[in-house]
Parts: sequence; structure tokens; C-alpha cells
Amino acid sequence: MRITLKIWRQADAASDGAMHGYQLDEVSEDMSFLEMLDVLNEDLIARGEDPVAFDSDCREGICGMCGLMINGQAHGPDVTTTCQLHMRSFKDGDEIVIEPWRSNAFPVLKDLVVDRSSFDRVIQAGGFISVNTGAAPDAHAVPVPKDKADRAFDAATCIGCGACVAACPNGSASLFLGAKITHLGELPQGQAERDRRVVNMVGQHDHEGFGGCTNIGECTSSCPKEIPLDVISRLNWDLHAAMRHGH
Amino acid sequence: MTQVDNHPEHEPNDAEGYFVDGSPLIDKKQPTGPIAERWENRKFNARLAAPANRRNLSVIIVGTGLAGASAAATLGEAGYVVKSFCYQDSPRRAHSIAAQGGINAAKNYKGDGDSVHRLFYDTVKGGDYRSRESNVYRLAEISRNIIDQCVAQGVPFAREYGGLLDNRSFGGVQVSRTFYARGQTGQQLLIGAYQALERQVAAGTVETFTRHEMLEVIVVDGKARGIIARDMVTGEIETHLADVVVLASGGYGNVYFLSTNAMGCNVTATWRAHRKGAYMANPCYTQIHPTCIPVSGEHQSKLTLMSESLRNDGRIWVPKNREDCDKDPRDIPEEDRDYYLERIYPAFGNLVPRDIASRQAKNVCDEGRGVGPLVGDFRRGVYLDFAQAIERMGKEAVEEKYGNLFDMYARITGEDPYAVPMRIYPAVHYVMGGLWVDYDLSSTIPGLFVTGEANFSDHGANRLGASALMQGLGDGYFVLPNTVRDYLADGPFEKIDESHPAVVEARESVESRINTLLSINGDRTVDSFHRELGHIMWEYCGMERTAEGLRKAIDLIRGLREEFWRNVKVLGSAESLNQSLEKAGRVADFLELGELMCIDALHRKESCGGHFRAESQTEDGEALRNDEEYSYVGAWEFKGDEAQPVLHKEHLVYTAIEMKQRSYK
Repeated sequence: MRITLKIWRQADAASDGAMHGYQLDEVSEDMSFLEMLDVLNEDLIARGEDPVAFDSDCREGICGMCGLMINGQAHGPDVTTTCQLHMRSFKDGDEIVIEPWRSNAFPVLKDLVVDRSSFDRVIQAGGFISVNTGAAPDAHAVPVPKDKADRAFDAATCIGCGACVAACPNGSASLFLGAKITHLGELPQGQAERDRRVVNMVGQHDHEGFGGCTNIGECTSSCPKEIPLDVISRLNWDLHAAMRHGH
Repeated sequence: MTQVDNHPEHEPNDAEGYFVDGSPLIDKKQPTGPIAERWENRKFNARLAAPANRRNLSVIIVGTGLAGASAAATLGEAGYVVKSFCYQDSPRRAHSIAAQGGINAAKNYKGDGDSVHRLFYDTVKGGDYRSRESNVYRLAEISRNIIDQCVAQGVPFAREYGGLLDNRSFGGVQVSRTFYARGQTGQQLLIGAYQALERQVAAGTVETFTRHEMLEVIVVDGKARGIIARDMVTGEIETHLADVVVLASGGYGNVYFLSTNAMGCNVTATWRAHRKGAYMANPCYTQIHPTCIPVSGEHQSKLTLMSESLRNDGRIWVPKNREDCDKDPRDIPEEDRDYYLERIYPAFGNLVPRDIASRQAKNVCDEGRGVGPLVGDFRRGVYLDFAQAIERMGKEAVEEKYGNLFDMYARITGEDPYAVPMRIYPAVHYVMGGLWVDYDLSSTIPGLFVTGEANFSDHGANRLGASALMQGLGDGYFVLPNTVRDYLADGPFEKIDESHPAVVEARESVESRINTLLSINGDRTVDSFHRELGHIMWEYCGMERTAEGLRKAIDLIRGLREEFWRNVKVLGSAESLNQSLEKAGRVADFLELGELMCIDALHRKESCGGHFRAESQTEDGEALRNDEEYSYVGAWEFKGDEAQPVLHKEHLVYTAIEMKQRSYK
């Protein structure tokens, strides 16, 4: 396939960026999107040009490290991670626009690489259950109803890639936040800190510069792990409950 | 059955001329007494550091996978000053996250006869009697605490309707001891450890350094006292000093270029430590996973594993005749198909262990009967056919059982596995070799501890399914905090600063290496060297090895390494985010490791685990271990770039278990 690429190039966080055009003439439909970029980079290096910086690691759809805006969509046209998107989703002669995640809370570090450490700080604000190592009771001491465990699991599958934020017109991280609140809030182990958790995590979310949620739903439709939109309802419910409890 | 008398003492070793024999290696921390009491005794005898003193004692941990994150969280809780490093943008992305199947624990919740001793027994046997029995017993013992810890953290393991945890059996084991969270057990366990780690960051006991790569270990007066790391965003070379350094930096399977490992997995942290005096043990022990999606073309960067559970219902075959290899498999009649596993191993059929299934797939492809696209001049694939399963169970039942795997396969290959048989091929998955550690997980450099896949100790020559997660978390949550505490009880340690000659030397060596890489300005990209190295390793030091092939590989690697330092092209500057530079440093280390792996494989003239030496096989072509001569851990000492490595042997003694030959016929 012959593909035209328009890629955001930015030397570092302090520099201005701009779109640059590239042409690739021999793209195989069996390549993953990132392998197509690998091929581009090999070409660029051979020509003595700086290769395009982008993040990826596991390349099997689970680590959450990769993430690109492809033709304006987070991770591109398929509901999957960028590493699992394959070139057969495109046609010969296509033009593809590639940008970094769009969010003020994810500043660009270089080209397509962004800084998502704000997600870690949101987790630091309460996205955990406080239990010291060695202090745990036997795993069977606390039964968890299967439906609750399954619901917790569905929320826990969030890989923290940031697609929800990049896709949201408000730049909100409510899906990410709601997923963690739901994961821990469904389990008996998570109850002790439930009120404090939601208040602190929402506070940190806002402090990081993520936007508010207006239930547009772009987050869930671009989420490669299909985290359901109702985790945000759960987030709101928990936040109101915490306030009623005087937090 | 043990091979005897075939190797009289005067017969030269296959690797003669490539290495030097060293003194025997003895693990001085190895406990004695009844095996079930050894760990309890060691914990009791480990000295204590009073809470008020702990805040004056510091620990550096490199890597944030299951082993590193759990260790950082636990040592942080204990009150030590912890610095945690990872090359990813968040600790949550370490490659432990990709583990699918599950984690073993001897809980015996099913009442099916499981016990600590049985898990211990299965693990030592599965590792082909090349692991250390005290370590493995300890692993089995603490496996139970791991599950308790993870459940308390909120890890959403699969549950039954009664609310209790569900288990399944895995990897041919006869009891149900594997705890799982759908196909994402690794992710869920890692998120648990990551959350515990972030809790400590919030508490101020742990400081995290993301997008940082460790490039050198600082050794002062024979003891590890810190690391040199590069901030991968700004390029700044940083010095971090501490009283203890822990390497939890994972495995080096990416030496093969194509593997199931994440792109960034590398050997640099452990290789730099090796060059500073830490012995590298059993480097040639590589696990090959039989069910991965085959390579589709020269552009391929990565291989994807498919769950082994597929072998429960899929039938593996290739055409009997080479002429049929490019035909539509549906047009090949039954009598022209070779269900080779069912033919050779009628008792186990498609469910033979990983090493055997892998090797036979390679054999039929080497015979020219592989299927799928030609990559170069070779077809690397065998069919994993569900046609009969669909006929027997119905498409819906197959969909329910394996649907997510079929979807993943379809997404990657663009083929519908319900209509056409899947294609699979073995791929490098995990390495059992790593830095040598004693029972306390201390390397041969005092103050340098090594955990998880980065050390060699628990899996012998072959790792059983669902055991890697167990070792990572066991080391990090339960073993290391006890043994590091004993080491730290010697503190407070002499203060050193950045002007110390050992620090200056480490820093200068990092800077000069980076400058050299940037100044070569040759013709070839880093990736092209890595691909070529991977090809050599896979061809000659992969599933099947011969003395001739290994010697050839060593020559090829030496030539490639020489060319690398003369002709590599790394653009950009040191003072910026420079992914080519990062890769160049890693590939440079892989080029050294690869040679040592070949020397290790060459000297070990026995077949063992996933490592098949063609010269050591039974009459019917099965792997033949040689306990008389090779029942030891081979630990290599680095003596300099121009010097031969020195081999130290740690003899393995089994008191609680009897050595047997494996058979699956």
C-alpha cells in the first residue's frame, strides 16, 4: 500500500510543534500501525533525519503505553490499542494524520510522546486499599459475591492509556477515575476508605487540570478495554455520598 | 534414567578454549535442617533494624514489575528510604502486566490433595532438576501468603457463586492450584502492587523515577552503593546513592529480537552488574512458548502469545507433503495431514509439555513442511485446527470457551480462525537464567540483590505455567524484605558522595559510552543489528543446539559486535529524548550477552528443559539429561572484554526430592 502520513513533530516540551508530511510506498496490510511507524523511522534514520518519537512497550494491547490520535480518533478507527491496530484497516492511497494525545494534563514531551504522570498522582491520592504486607487475613476470610467481583473486574481492566482523556472534548479523566472508584468500591476490602478515596481522587483530578464530565460518552466509545460509561455514575454517586457523610 | 560413562574426564569440553574453569561456588547462606523449617529459621536469624534507624537506611530498586513494585511498597512501608526506577512512563506498565494465565498457590482450597510439598515437587521436576531446592520450597511455602495479600489489596480474582475464590489447573498439573483473573492475571496483580507502591509514594517513603534507565551500578569497596541512571526525557545523567541496590529488571528474552517480551525489556541493568562482578547464572536457559502467532513478514517487531489452553481442543498438524504447504488447508484431505504430536506422543497428544511441543513444531518446519507465508525462504507455522472441535462442540461452545483468543488472532492476522485453521509457531517467552543469587537473593556483589526474572534461582531449566508471577511477588513481598533487613542491620553505612572515585568512574564510563555511540555515525541502524543478532540466536541458540552451530554463532556474534562499534548509526543528541540512543545501549549489551549464552549452551552438553542439545538425546529423539556431569548451576564471572569468562559451578544437592528422567510417551 501507498500511504501518506502527516505527523506532529515537536522537538521537546518547550518547542513549538508542526505537522510534517511523509510518504511510505510499501506498507503491508499485515503490519501493525506501530510497525508501520518503525518502517518510517528506519527510512528516516537512513536518510539522516531524526526518527519520530512515540511510546509503545508490550505491543499486545495490555500495557497502555502506546496511544496516538489517528485521523482525530484516539487509537484510530478500531476499538483497540494503537499497537493492535493493523494497516489492513486502511486503504491504498490513504492519508493518515497522527497526533499526540490531546490534553493539557498530558503535556507533549517530544513528537508523539506525552507525559501521563498525572494519572499516577490521581492514584496516589487514594486509588489503593491500605494494607501492609503480611497483615492480610486468609483470602477466604471475606467472601465476595460473584456479581460484585465480576463488576469490579470489568472496571479493573482499565490500562491507564489515556484514550478517554484524549477523546473527551472536555479533557476529562472521569472514565479513568470512575473505573478505579468502581473497582475498589465494589469490593468489601475497599469500603473503609471509600468516602475519603473519592473525595481525594476527584480533588487531585481537578488539580491536575483535567476537565469536567458532561456525559458525552466519547471516552467509553474510544476505550480499548470498553470500560462502561456507568462507572462515571458510580463515581458521582460515591462523591455525593461522601459529601453527605461530611467529607 | 541417567546417562553415565559417556563423558570420561579427559574428554575435552565442547566449549574448551572459550572459557576458563573457576573455583566451585558455594551458597554460604544456604540453610540446612528439615526443608520445611529452613525459611522460618532464616527469618528468625535475620537481624533487625529498629524503626527509628530505618529512616536513615536507603534502598534503590530498579524495575517496577511484580518483583520490583512489591519490594518497593513493602520496604517503604517498613520505613526505609526507597527510590524506585523504571524506564516506562508509569510503574504500572512493567511487562509483568502481560502475563495471562494465572498464579499458583498451594492453598488446597479445592481439597484435591495439594500441599506446599506437592507444589515444591512439581516445580523442581518441571524445572528438570536444575533449580535449588531450598529456594523452591520457600517459594511454595509463601505462595499462600501471596494470595492473601493480593486479595486484601483488592485484586479481583475469579470467584465462584459462593463468593470464594475459583481455581483452575494449568500446564498439565493434576491439582487446581492456579488463581486467575480472566486472561489478565498479570495485569491485575501488577496493578495491586502498583497501587501499594503509589500509596507509599503518597506517604513519602518511596520516590519514583519514571522514564529513567539504569546504566551502571556503583561499587564502592566491593559493595553496591548506587546507580548511574539516565533521565530519558532530558538526557541528564544522574547519580543515585543508597545503602542497598535491588535489581528487579526482568528478563532478557529480547536478545532474540522477536519474542513475547515488551519492546523495552533489556539486559542492561543486569549486564552492567555482571561486568562489575555479579555472576550470571545459566544464561542459556530460555523458555520457548509453543503457541504464538507466527511471524508475518520482515517488518515484524514483536510476537504475540496465544493461551496454551487452545491445545485442549485444537489439533496440531502440517501437510505430509511439502507440495501441499501453500494450499488452502481446507483442500488438504485427512490422509495427507500429519497430526505429528498425536503420532509421536500418543499418550499426551497435543498436550505434551511446552518444550516438546515447541521442538516438534520447529522440526516439521525445518523439514520444509511449515505453513503460512514465506518469510525469507522459509514457512514458520503449523496449523492449530478447530474444525473437529467445532463439529463436536458446535461453533457457539467454541466461541464461548475461546472467543477472545479467536478475536485477537483475527485482529492480528486478518484471518477468520473459525473458517481456516489458526497458524502457530513457538516463540521466546521467558528466561530462566539471570544473575546468580544466594538464598538471601544477594548477588556476588554484597549489597546488590536481584529478584524476579532477573535472578536465576527458582525455575531450573524450564518454568512451569503460572509460576513466574508467584516468584516475582514472593521475592518482592516476602523474601527480600527479610533478607535486605539482615544486610541493613550492619548500618549505618559510611557516607559517600558524588566525588568518590568509584562514583566518578561509573559516571564517566556511562558518559563515554554514550558519546561513543553518538559519534560512530556509521551506515546501519540499531534495529538492523538487533534483528541480525536475534536471527543468529534463534537459529543456533534457540530450541535445538549443536556444538557446531554454537561455535558458528559465537563467531558470527563476535563479527557483528565488531561491526556494531564501527558502523552503527545513532542520530540526535545525548541531551534529549532519544529512542535510538536508548536502543543502541541495550543492543550493545545484548551483543555481549548473546555470546555468553552461546558459550553456556556449548559447555552444557546435555538436554535439559527447553534447551535441547542434539548431541544428548535418547534413541527415539527425546531430550536426555546428564545428571552425572551437569547437575550444577553454571555461574559465569566476567574478567574483561578480552578475557575468557570464568565458570563457577554450584553443585545442586537434593535431599527432599529424588531426581528422575521426564517421559511423556
